[in-house]
Amino acid sequence: MSGETGFPGRIPAAYFSTETSSFTDLLGRVAPELLPGRQPLPPGDMGDAVPHGTTIVALRCNQGVVMAGDRRATQGNMISNREIRKVHAADSHSLIGIAGTAGIGMEMIRLFQAELEHFEKLEGISLSLHGKANKLANMIRGNLGIAMQGLAVVPLFCGFDVDAADPASAGRIFSYDMAGSLQEESHYDAIGSGSIFAKSALKKRFQSPVDADEAVRLAVSALYDAADEDSATGGPDLSRKLYPVVMTSTAEGTLRVPDAEVGEISRQVVEARMENPGG
Amino acid sequence: MAMQFYTSPEQIMRDRSEYARKNISRGRNTVVLSYVGGVIFVAENISSTLHKISELYDRIGFAAVGRYNEFENLRTAGVRMADTRGFAYDRRDVKAKPLAQAYAQTLGAIFTEQTKPFEVEICVAGVAERPEDDELYRCTYDGSINDEPGYLVMGGQADRLSTVLKDGHHFDASLAEAFQLALKALNSIGGDNGKQRSLGPELLEVAVLDREREGRVFRRISGAALEALLPEPEAADEPADDSDDAEESATED
Repeated sequence: MSGETGFPGRIPAAYFSTETSSFTDLLGRVAPELLPGRQPLPPGDMGDAVPHGTTIVALRCNQGVVMAGDRRATQGNMISNREIRKVHAADSHSLIGIAGTAGIGMEMIRLFQAELEHFEKLEGISLSLHGKANKLANMIRGNLGIAMQGLAVVPLFCGFDVDAADPASAGRIFSYDMAGSLQEESHYDAIGSGSIFAKSALKKRFQSPVDADEAVRLAVSALYDAADEDSATGGPDLSRKLYPVVMTSTAEGTLRVPDAEVGEISRQVVEARMENPGG
Repeated sequence: MAMQFYTSPEQIMRDRSEYARKNISRGRNTVVLSYVGGVIFVAENISSTLHKISELYDRIGFAAVGRYNEFENLRTAGVRMADTRGFAYDRRDVKAKPLAQAYAQTLGAIFTEQTKPFEVEICVAGVAERPEDDELYRCTYDGSINDEPGYLVMGGQADRLSTVLKDGHHFDASLAEAFQLALKALNSIGGDNGKQRSLGPELLEVAVLDREREGRVFRRISGAALEALLPEPEAADEPADDSDDAEESATED
């Protein structure tokens, strides 16, 4: 990072600029090297050279939204990590999950979290949920260049809209494509290589409205179906006690469903598949 | 023809100091103190939206008195600095002391280089695991920085408020005790004929850095939560004295 951020001495002039409340813009000025995905790459496809993360699902429920992600990262045909965490709280009322190049995705999540917190602290008020979704679309567009070289990142964003009139329908899900196009989903969505299978499973099982507990169960079993068909998606690992990361966002805020609870649900899902492997 | 007269540096600095001190002392007070569950900030503030107290980072808070546009400028610069450092390294690497030092250097530079000093006094407070380890830094208009463990008062008649806090402050105080002590100090001035006044919740801005929580621990206390902390009203109290309302609004000049 540049010497400007060194603490001894007075606060650098760039920090006094009042042009923007965006953290990304600020970094672009004071420490551009910290922005993910800005380094030029040599020509060619880098897709197989770095770890990739896969399947994330999100569902709307009566209390808000539920998001779940498997724990596997792969590099080509190898499993590079079996306990990666791809679903995070973006701020107090929204969740973000990523699929695609793990390194860039994780950095993008960190930047997005910093962006939301920075805005909230500077302006004294949070961005609206749609404002956050648009900001994320913008960040994805910034990654398009290297995405075309195999380092694509696709996020899934969801949250509880605190401005919504009716809390029972305040859950929102936003999906993106590689180029940053933004789409609001009405019931559920999935991203990553196992998403076709997860979505197919949800298509048959999801019946609105569901409550949060049922949504968690649906998410875990959809991930099971994804892992069943897609080698890059990891199923619940009962022997190592590694289960999907499941988070909820409701009026009370964001919460990670405790591992013990997800473990119990995972065991039940696996148990049920003993009788009927196709679910 | 205009003539340049020689003015001694001593005179210039004295004039600037006097100017800043005079305007700061017109400001309403802000009290910061450590209690068992964290650090509490209590400010007398006629505005409910233009804050004197805010969050800088996870465990670091900011409080100020004086001219709003000036300390707001310092606050946002501090947030930018803290967020950049937290992003470049780790959230744990953002500490109160370097921020306070940067503020002091900035205020000092402005005091020496510019014709008009900032008419502000600011506090950077960091909450630690034990109340005795909390850091309360006071940075003044001329770039001085002081570490004042336990409690700190800024604004006009700070000395009189300090006396109240000195007698009443202890680290084992609960949130309600700490708040009521701060309120007692704020109430000790500005009343008719030197009597206690009683500030209502609409004139108070209150926030805490909560020692026990994880992550971002700054939280404002307002509305019902603030009412619950206020002591039972004593009968036959005259309404709070507000004769000098316009004194410290955002449009103050």
